[in-house]
Amino acid sequence: MKDRTTKSAGLTDSLFFLCMGIIGGAYVLLIVLLLVADAAYMLQGSGWYEIIYENPIVLALAKSEIRYSIVLSLISCTLSALLALFVAVPIGWLLSRFRFRGRNLLDAILDIPIVLPPLVVGLSLLILFQFWPFTAEIPFIGKSLNELVVYQIPAVILAQFSVAAAFAVRTMKATFDEINPRCEQVALTLGCSRMQSFTRVALPEAGRGMLTAFTLAWARALGEFGPLLVFAGATRNKTEVLSTTVFLELSIGDLKAAVAVSLIMVFAAVTVLLITRIWGAKDVMV
Amino acid sequence: MIAVDNITIDAGDFTLSNVSFRLEAGEYGALMGRTGCGKTTLLEAVIGLKPIRNGKIMVGGTDVTYERPAARGIGYVPQDGALFNTMTVREHLAFALEIRRLPKGQITQRVDELAEWLGIDGLLGRRPFGLSGGERQRVALGRALSFHPRILLLDEPLSAVDEETRGDMYDLLRRVQRDTEVTVLHVTHNPDEARELADVVFNMQDGKIIKEGA
Repeated sequence: MKDRTTKSAGLTDSLFFLCMGIIGGAYVLLIVLLLVADAAYMLQGSGWYEIIYENPIVLALAKSEIRYSIVLSLISCTLSALLALFVAVPIGWLLSRFRFRGRNLLDAILDIPIVLPPLVVGLSLLILFQFWPFTAEIPFIGKSLNELVVYQIPAVILAQFSVAAAFAVRTMKATFDEINPRCEQVALTLGCSRMQSFTRVALPEAGRGMLTAFTLAWARALGEFGPLLVFAGATRNKTEVLSTTVFLELSIGDLKAAVAVSLIMVFAAVTVLLITRIWGAKDVMV
Repeated sequence: MIAVDNITIDAGDFTLSNVSFRLEAGEYGALMGRTGCGKTTLLEAVIGLKPIRNGKIMVGGTDVTYERPAARGIGYVPQDGALFNTMTVREHLAFALEIRRLPKGQITQRVDELAEWLGIDGLLGRRPFGLSGGERQRVALGRALSFHPRILLLDEPLSAVDEETRGDMYDLLRRVQRDTEVTVLHVTHNPDEARELADVVFNMQDGKIIKEGA
């Protein structure tokens, strides 16, 4: 039998869920509306012909420099995400498995690229390359690393990697934290060396985490802008990637092209997210 | 045979000092004591997963104090089984043999023999996800025994096994020891387990080991 207290408790519960739903829903709605507004802006036009054949995305894709920036973005993001993963796996594992002197300091250093303003990361990279050995001429090539990297395509990848790797490291540490270290210890008793227990037991179990770290690093790299502008410049058909395209189009007052390129970035990011989710789902531990 | 002679182990917030015990070859020993008294720490030192400050650990007449875990020839079944989530039961049983690079035919033969013996031949294609507590322990036991170790260390192996299958597990553990003549050290806080299985009972109290039954 329900008395007054249980009835009012039921009412409070409903109110509680309603509040939680409204607060959470408002944010989800904001995200969806952002995308819808971009899309609606694209689809303005007087007739179907204009909407389909003359919409800003089609016009943007017709420009060779934008096609170049799409290709450079896809390649540089993939390379920097792979590099980020390559670095994040050992660091994440070491941080997760061992307590050593200087561990907290190392942990704090790894957070620097996350907390540092992006522009400062770019500026610091630029400054770093003013010092030896980056300024020393490489034998047989006749150029210094500074000349080969700064304001060139490698600078795009290095700038993206510098920030993306920090996020990949965080993800990999969390991944290894969740994997039972006992499994690796058992592998040691079964005859494995440290390396065998790592490659045969820890790494396969970290597969999903690696996929997440890769996706996160890829998405960060795609959105990277500040460090790129300072360290790689925004030269059309050279170091221009999608985020710099948005900036360049905006700076010349072409809002429509800027929005179109933004939507292309949204499409690229969502595609990578979907591919990794589907790929990840196959890996379900059943 | 396991002989632990006056070892001292630092284990984070506490130290086990001057611990000694001896278990003869082919004996089934139970190591008892309250939760948190350092039983697992001691087990880890014997396996080689935890470094010791001083003392000596002998396994089958060999001094293994500074040997890597891989070289000690000890089968280890941890408390939660610690099965490899990405591997099938067959891959678990074959793991140690593949590391030793045994011929494929020999591995298959050993895996099939182990699976039948432990009653898990129906599970060979399955992954750990969804296995019952008893099944998981059988797989962990099979994995530990696959490479014919001289010593088997069990850390609370029956804590996740329900009452109905506990009797079967007692039978299985007795059969394992009878057939393989392996020296077993079984860590538990359950007196029934010790009574059912052990030839020798070691009681761990205040960092000291007292031998009780023989």
